[in-house]
Amino acid sequence: MSPKSIVEKIWEAHVVEQLSGHPAVLAVDLMLIHEVTSAQAFQTLADKGLEVADPSRMLATLDHSIPTRKNRFEIFDADAKNQVETLRRNCNRHGIPLCEMDSGTQGVVHVVGPEQGLTQPGMVIVCGDSHTATHGAFGALAFGIGTSEVGHVLATGCLLQQKPKIMSVEFKGRLRKGVYAKDAILKLIAQIGVSGANGYVIEYCGEAVRHFSMEERMTICNMSIECGGRAGLFGPDSTTLEYLRGRTRVPKGAEWERAVEYWRSFVSDPGCAYDRSVVVDLDQLKPMVTWGTTPGQGCDIGSKIPSLASFPAAEQASVKRALEYMGLNEGEAIAETPIDWAFVGSCTNGRIEDLRAAAQVLKGRKVHKNVTMYVVPGSEAVMKQAQEEGLDRVFVEAGADFRMPGCSMCLAMNDDKVPEGKRCVSSSNRNFMGRQGPGSRTHLASPATVAASAVEGRIVSPEKYL
Amino acid sequence: MEKFTKLTARAVPLPLNDVDTDMILPAQFLTSTSREGFGEKLFRRLRDTDASFPLNQEKFSDGQILIGGRNFGCGSSREHAVWAIAGGGFKAVIAKSFADIFYNNSAKNGLLLVTLADAVIDRVLADAHSGQYEVTVDLEKQTVNLPDGSAFSFDYDPFRKHCMLNGLDDIDYILSHKSKIDQFRRQQDNNRFFSTLGN
Repeated sequence: MSPKSIVEKIWEAHVVEQLSGHPAVLAVDLMLIHEVTSAQAFQTLADKGLEVADPSRMLATLDHSIPTRKNRFEIFDADAKNQVETLRRNCNRHGIPLCEMDSGTQGVVHVVGPEQGLTQPGMVIVCGDSHTATHGAFGALAFGIGTSEVGHVLATGCLLQQKPKIMSVEFKGRLRKGVYAKDAILKLIAQIGVSGANGYVIEYCGEAVRHFSMEERMTICNMSIECGGRAGLFGPDSTTLEYLRGRTRVPKGAEWERAVEYWRSFVSDPGCAYDRSVVVDLDQLKPMVTWGTTPGQGCDIGSKIPSLASFPAAEQASVKRALEYMGLNEGEAIAETPIDWAFVGSCTNGRIEDLRAAAQVLKGRKVHKNVTMYVVPGSEAVMKQAQEEGLDRVFVEAGADFRMPGCSMCLAMNDDKVPEGKRCVSSSNRNFMGRQGPGSRTHLASPATVAASAVEGRIVSPEKYL
Repeated sequence: MEKFTKLTARAVPLPLNDVDTDMILPAQFLTSTSREGFGEKLFRRLRDTDASFPLNQEKFSDGQILIGGRNFGCGSSREHAVWAIAGGGFKAVIAKSFADIFYNNSAKNGLLLVTLADAVIDRVLADAHSGQYEVTVDLEKQTVNLPDGSAFSFDYDPFRKHCMLNGLDDIDYILSHKSKIDQFRRQQDNNRFFSTLGN
């Protein structure tokens, strides 16, 4: 038998039907649901007189539209309030469990799945959200879908899919102090471009990945979509199993042993084929930051913004437009650029390790007087853990705002926005024009870089603070 | 789903690469629970900040074919972006390349996405500027005809083509395999190690 990659193994284990010339009917194990991309799908079910096929394969949460202030039950925006209430109603009507606020389980959709132990190796996981790739950290084939497809999965538990091409991304070497998984994925995106992995699922491999924690793997998988990859995944190993052991939704005793044996089968065979291979060198990697308006427009903090002439002619207009929007000039240093806002949070970097990294920099220091800093835990469980470790006090004593869990200012569809013309260093995933609010300027970076920059009031490397 | 067969309409050039879903429809407009009403929000932020933006120009007001650059529709999975483009009166987008999720979402809404060679797109982007540029897209023949008489064929997945030409929804196709799905679930139950329900 020819050697197979993990993606092929998961694919083959989930094809229900594959007629010649048609896409496959692919079985979905788990669908995660949030308030923004589900209402119209539930409406489709109602219009067609269909029921939810299997509520025990669904989990819903509230994250995108909700406020992150203390009294978050009161939503002032009428549409956002309606959206949240619509999800509550739909979950209630169809018997789908909802991670309700203050239940101890609420949080950003890609944080709550893994922490409950629902994200497991070998699964197909979908959500109406492009950052669903996050769950690939566990060796699951996880990808974002549109609302029509959310409806298909609600009603049938299945999707129509074409078999993806597979790209291997080999990380070589080790991350140095002050350099994080976020820097590694920003480097990959800068290297292959924002459409470099279009049409591919990425398998992250190489000796280096075995040293990555689950949180680091989630950060890397999360941003696979920013280089065009619908999904990105890591083969499961002992780190994966240790993370899963004892979590709420993971089996115990003999059933755990049986699960482990099954999960361990989902690793790539030596010598399996890839449609494309890329290598990223971590040994030379330095803390990264974006200077433009796509996640691929990034560089190491110590280097200069590239000149327009260094881009192909067809790219130059887009780059010029990006620099104008960002209020930056070609060929200038990116370091020392003054900032107004700092954000630690999101499905990319809102987990406990991320908060620890930011707290390590902020401990005993103050956020610069010109900077407003939000620290938003990815979930209620992360918030509780941070409080138990005293991280919340570190943030508050530094002058940062430690808020309630949610997507917050990652995407400017709730109360948390970066004001027009203001510059934010952010641990989130997208620096598109207006992403954090109309006219906002976003620089993507690791939580440690965000914290160090918040202290100095300008973009700086965190290396000297660690 | 609305059918797509053949269309001759004014082309509206959008000479940008990496047009992202936040540009197409900013997140502030995502709180609606309907599929309707997104057309007037299409490219809202660009329209509000740039008077020369094509969608602000009268000469393009009846355009139904959008011309884009590379990696059109990148970013979020929001199908609202497709609803906004369709709501804005567009039936087709012709570009150098598209992001994957956006491509899937468009096919589910009868919005035809066509990929042509970079050099052809660059020419169309330049010529369509006049506002007097009508393009014909024929899905049955898989061809695009330009005003100068030139014609280009494009690739299109045969299954998707069948669905687009006939206005068929995926959900009915999947439901037609229900007994196979039920059988698959029974066989696979032994390898299921989770439930979202219960304690």
